[in-house]
Amino acid sequence: MMIRLDIEDLSVARGDRILFRKFGLSLAAGEAAALTGRNGAGKTSLLRAIAGLIRPLEGRIHFQAENGALPPEDARSRELHLIGHQDGLKAGRTAWDELKFQVAWTGGGPGAAEAACERLDLKRLRGLEVRKLSAGQRRRLALARLVASPRRLWLLDEPLAPLDAGRRAAFGELMKAHLDGGGMILAAVHDPLPIAASAIELTA
Amino acid sequence: MLLGRELALSWGRGGGPLLALAFYAATATLLPLATGPEPARLAALAPGSAWLALALASLLSLERLFERDFEDGALDLLALGPAPLELAALAKCLAHWITAGAPLALAAPIVAIALGASPTLAPMIALTALIGGISFSFCGGVGAALSLGSRRGGVLIAVIVLPLFAPPVIFGAGAIDAYGAGLDWKTGLMLLSAFSLACLGLGPFAMAAACRNALS
Repeated sequence: MMIRLDIEDLSVARGDRILFRKFGLSLAAGEAAALTGRNGAGKTSLLRAIAGLIRPLEGRIHFQAENGALPPEDARSRELHLIGHQDGLKAGRTAWDELKFQVAWTGGGPGAAEAACERLDLKRLRGLEVRKLSAGQRRRLALARLVASPRRLWLLDEPLAPLDAGRRAAFGELMKAHLDGGGMILAAVHDPLPIAASAIELTA
Repeated sequence: MLLGRELALSWGRGGGPLLALAFYAATATLLPLATGPEPARLAALAPGSAWLALALASLLSLERLFERDFEDGALDLLALGPAPLELAALAKCLAHWITAGAPLALAAPIVAIALGASPTLAPMIALTALIGGISFSFCGGVGAALSLGSRRGGVLIAVIVLPLFAPPVIFGAGAIDAYGAGLDWKTGLMLLSAFSLACLGLGPFAMAAACRNALS
């Protein structure tokens, strides 16, 4: 189980442009951080670098488990969720098919998708094709895998943007429950998170 | 699990196997129109051109193999799953072979016979097409992964992959010819199988590397 994330001296570039240099961050179990910064500051790139999708120029990303260092491959394949701008949902498949796959792929049990549907109020949408869902409904469908397959670190890229006020509050509850259970959240946001979180600004 | 999803997806992907089959039939129909309908000439061309059309038809459905997952973010999810990306690529290509390669291989003898090939060749044509289809799927998958993120992906895939389709076409069509002439056809079939196995074994690593490169 991951209990700590440490980032030291991280520099990330896209093409020839260096987005940020010598960035540092520590997150322990039960902590949340809200990552802010102007457009193009590299918030998304930082999250993708932590998820191992982008290779940083320099620096260290270190995952810590109870019994010592957690190998990055294990951390990324079992202990973290990344919810990006794109939800990874296939337009032609039903919401339920996609949810079932996402949950099973990320390691959730058989009943977990069902329970997550309940939590996120998705029951009525289950039979609909993804193409017929609104942006907010799609996002809720993507967020459902956070609840259904327990992973300790949530990397969220503007998770609240398409959600309405009520859903934001409801998702705040979910985030709170996750933190109380020893989880960690790093979210790139422009609006404040509905939970207590340390603020980190990403500057060049 | 992944294989099941991929099967369902490629079944629905733009008409899936039916589209590939229709394309195959259309290409094969154009051939007598282009070369003239003399039965003797057609019969000589039949097995070889059935193979050529097969290569083109399987290329058609390869374009979206990784592209869609790349565009809608599903590739991120696949990269963060419990199985390595190599395995995901393997499942994708296997699904492509089942939904495109296998139906095309079953149609290949029909097309060849319609063009005037001897019916005794039919089992051999189906067998070589089935084995060759593996190399089309896995070799083509590498091309599809390499062309991720480029705008004219489909054309780029064709340029990357068609030269790599040369060995299976040579071995496959060669084996059929040898079989028809009563010569030793086993060598061609073995070489074809060897090439397909190599694609099956090496392709997923190349595809995963290309996908990682496209994501970063």
